[in-house]
Amino acid sequence: MCPAEAREVPPDAGLVSAIRSGDERAMAQLYDRYSSIVYSVALRILGDTGAAEDVLQEIFMQLWRNPAAFDASRGRLPAWLAVITRHRAIDFLRKRQSETDIADVIVSVEPDMATDAERNRVIEKIRSTLGTMAAAQRSVLEMAFFEGLTHSEIATRTGEPLGTIKTRIRSGLLMLRKAFSG
Amino acid sequence: MTVHPQLEEDLALYALGTLDGESRLALQKHLEGCAPCRRELEQLRGDMALLALSASGSHPPRHARRRLMDAIAREPRQAGVSKRHAWWTPIPYLAAATLALVAVVFWRQNSSLRRQLSELRATSAQQQAGLEQARHTLATFTSAETMRVTLVAVKAPPQPQGKAFYLRSQGSLIFLANNLPLLPAHKAYELWLIPSTGAPIPAGVFKPDSRGSATVVNPPLPVGVEAKTFAITVEPEGGSVAPTSQPLMIGVGE
Repeated sequence: MCPAEAREVPPDAGLVSAIRSGDERAMAQLYDRYSSIVYSVALRILGDTGAAEDVLQEIFMQLWRNPAAFDASRGRLPAWLAVITRHRAIDFLRKRQSETDIADVIVSVEPDMATDAERNRVIEKIRSTLGTMAAAQRSVLEMAFFEGLTHSEIATRTGEPLGTIKTRIRSGLLMLRKAFSG
Repeated sequence: MTVHPQLEEDLALYALGTLDGESRLALQKHLEGCAPCRRELEQLRGDMALLALSASGSHPPRHARRRLMDAIAREPRQAGVSKRHAWWTPIPYLAAATLALVAVVFWRQNSSLRRQLSELRATSAQQQAGLEQARHTLATFTSAETMRVTLVAVKAPPQPQGKAFYLRSQGSLIFLANNLPLLPAHKAYELWLIPSTGAPIPAGVFKPDSRGSATVVNPPLPVGVEAKTFAITVEPEGGSVAPTSQPLMIGVGE
């Protein structure tokens, strides 16, 4: 990206700062940048476009009402949005009130995802890593993450010991981390 | 420091929000005091974010954007920005409130001390004025330069006189005498406080000046003694602990 183009793309922190001042255009820009991530995560978990839209609306309204909940110094915005969307969608799935204070969610993630190109590269690498994961491990990880099942529920469903489920969940997450370290 | 190994798997479950019951409470308590485990939790959430991104690829319908922007336009925008409610957020406010409280306490103490000081100064000034007045009064009685005049009946010769002013509650006594006869060198007059009960109490040894005048001011006396009479005897120059002669003068309270 050339310098001229770089100046045309305001950083996430700048947009969030503008949102704090009530700048609706900044909110629209942020939506255009990350609505796909939020919607995709919600849709994957909920499997229903209407419900996913509701979660999408709720997540961005939360950001509009409380932009200070995202602290740019403590994480990257797309990663933070992905995690709070996952929590809200699981709450929605389980028909329970949200127990997560979004301001308490700090997400530390290695890869930079400031541009579309970087995000696409990261996503490809994630999918590649998941592709190398043993099917049983990937299945456990996805049940825990996208279905919100507890390790006990997963153990019941798979017939695997609890300890094995816990180990697979953690080691699966660490595999993703390792793919972007170093 | 490193992550506590026994908590590694529970941390992953906690990040996913699937750790329940006592395990969850215990881990929350542990996290409050363990920075490495908090850091690991943040990284696990980062790992989760990566996993979430694997779902990318879907795009919300166009009307979703319009729905959001319409909602935002209708949303009453509050002045200022709602603040992040992290645990450390109230600290500056608490510190400011504490400082304000301390300032108020010190201010009140300072005001109280100033008030006490002012009162003490006023009291001291009053006492100083009273003391000056007392000194003037006493000097009038006791100064050698004071002209003493005893008024008697016309054509009556001057008679020895004594006047005692006794304040029982303070054990203080002022005695003034006039026209007393001169005594031999080895003799002196002694004033006695004769209580309602008990032996006479010595109330001062004195010699009159050349004009027969004498003053006794606050001799050492016990406090609270009820005086029935006062008397004067002639005693050895150094005084006596008990009268050794008959009283020359005696008087009762008025």
